[in-house]
Amino acid sequence: MSPTPVPARKLRVATTSLAGCFGCHMSFLDIDEHLFELVELVEFDRSPLTDIKDVGPCDIGLIEGGVCNAENVHVLREFRRNCKTLIALGACAVNGGLPAQRNHLPLSECLREVYQFRPGLENGQIPNDPELPLPLDKVRPIHEVVRVDYFLPGCPPSGPAIWKFLTDLIAGRTPRLANGLLHYD
Amino acid sequence: MTKQFLLDGQPVPFEDGQTILEAARKAGHYIPSLCWHQDFPPHGSCKLCIVKAAGRHVSACATPAKEGWEVESNTPEMNGERRGLLQMLFVEGNHFCPSCEKSGNCELQALGYEYEMLTPRFRHFFPERPVDASHPDMLLDFNRCIFCELCVRASRDVDGKSVFALTGRGIHKHLTVNAESGRLADTDFSKDDLAARICPVGVILPKGRGFAVPIGERTFDTETIRSKTLKEEES
Repeated sequence: MSPTPVPARKLRVATTSLAGCFGCHMSFLDIDEHLFELVELVEFDRSPLTDIKDVGPCDIGLIEGGVCNAENVHVLREFRRNCKTLIALGACAVNGGLPAQRNHLPLSECLREVYQFRPGLENGQIPNDPELPLPLDKVRPIHEVVRVDYFLPGCPPSGPAIWKFLTDLIAGRTPRLANGLLHYD
Repeated sequence: MTKQFLLDGQPVPFEDGQTILEAARKAGHYIPSLCWHQDFPPHGSCKLCIVKAAGRHVSACATPAKEGWEVESNTPEMNGERRGLLQMLFVEGNHFCPSCEKSGNCELQALGYEYEMLTPRFRHFFPERPVDASHPDMLLDFNRCIFCELCVRASRDVDGKSVFALTGRGIHKHLTVNAESGRLADTDFSKDDLAARICPVGVILPKGRGFAVPIGERTFDTETIRSKTLKEEES
C-alpha cells in the first residue's frame, strides 16, 4: 500500500527586530519577485508584515537585532518557545553589531550623555516611565541568551543570501551560503 | 631523489629545512595562516595553519617537513578546528566588520568566509581597547588586534624602530606603543614603514582613505583568500 500523501502545509514564519534597525527586514523585501514564490510556501505569524503582536507556534523564527533591554529578552524567549527553528538574521543578532558598540561604556554614562548633558537640552533627565523596558548593561548577541539553530550574518545579509538560506531550509537542506553570499559587512 | 611527504594524500616535495607550510604552498596546496609572513621567522601564534602530522597537531608554519610523513590539513576535522580558532579570535576582540575600514581586505574576515564561520559561537568578551588617533597619518584601532606581532617584527627587524610591542599576559595581553606617553604620535613611526602596511586585520590604518574603495569591490569580495594566496605563491 502506498503511503497516504501528506497535504502540503504552508510553513509558518515569524519575524521580529530586537535591537536592530529593520535593515535586515528591508533586505528580506529585497528578494523582490521571489516574494510571490515565498507566499506560496509560507504564511506569516508575528512580523512587521502582519502586525500580529504575539508570536504563536511557528516553524521558522527570524530574529533581527541583538538583545539590549528586558523586552528584547522577553520577545526572544517567546520566539524560542514557539519556533521550531530559530535563525539569527544579520550582524546585530549574530554578534551584537552596532548597538553593542556601547558595551565599553558604562550604561549610566550613555543615558546621562543622551538625556541630561546633550547640548541644547534643558532640564533633561533620564526617562524612568515604568512602561519603558529597562536597558541591559551590555548588548548581547541572541545566542548568548537562547539556543539558536542557524546564523545568517551580514549587515544586512543580501536579498539573494536570505533567499538561498530560506529555500535551503524550506526544502529540508542544511542552509549554506556559498559562492560569495557569506559576508560580515 | 627529492624527499616528499603526503599532504591529504598528495605527494609534496620538499628540501631539508623547509616547513610543512612552505613546501605545501610551493607545491600549490593551501594551508591558511594569519601570523606567518615569508620574510620573517615563523611565529606560530595564530595556529590557523594547524595540521595533523604523524598523528599530532602541529603548526605547519613552524614544523620542518619530514620524509614520509602523512599530513592532514584540508579535512573536516582540521577545518572545524580552524573555525573554532577563528571564533575564539572574534570573541576576544571587538570585530565589528560593518564599521571597519579594513572590511573586505581583512585576512581574519576572509578566513571566516573560507571556513564558513557563521557565528562567533562563544560568549563575547567585549574588551575595552581605546583607539589611538594621535598620529597625523595613521590610526590605531586596538579593538581588532589578534596579537600576530607582524607589526612588532616589521618595526623592529625591518624598519629598525621598535615602535610596537605586546604586553600583559593571557586575556590582558595587548598591543602597546613604545613611547612614554603610549601615543603613536610620540614615536618616529611613519606611514612608509613596513609596519604601517603589514597588519592582516584592521588595527593599523592609513588616515584619509576610509571607504575610497566601496564595500563589495574589495579584495576578498571578489576573490577567496585561498586563491589569492596560491596566486601570490606562483608569481
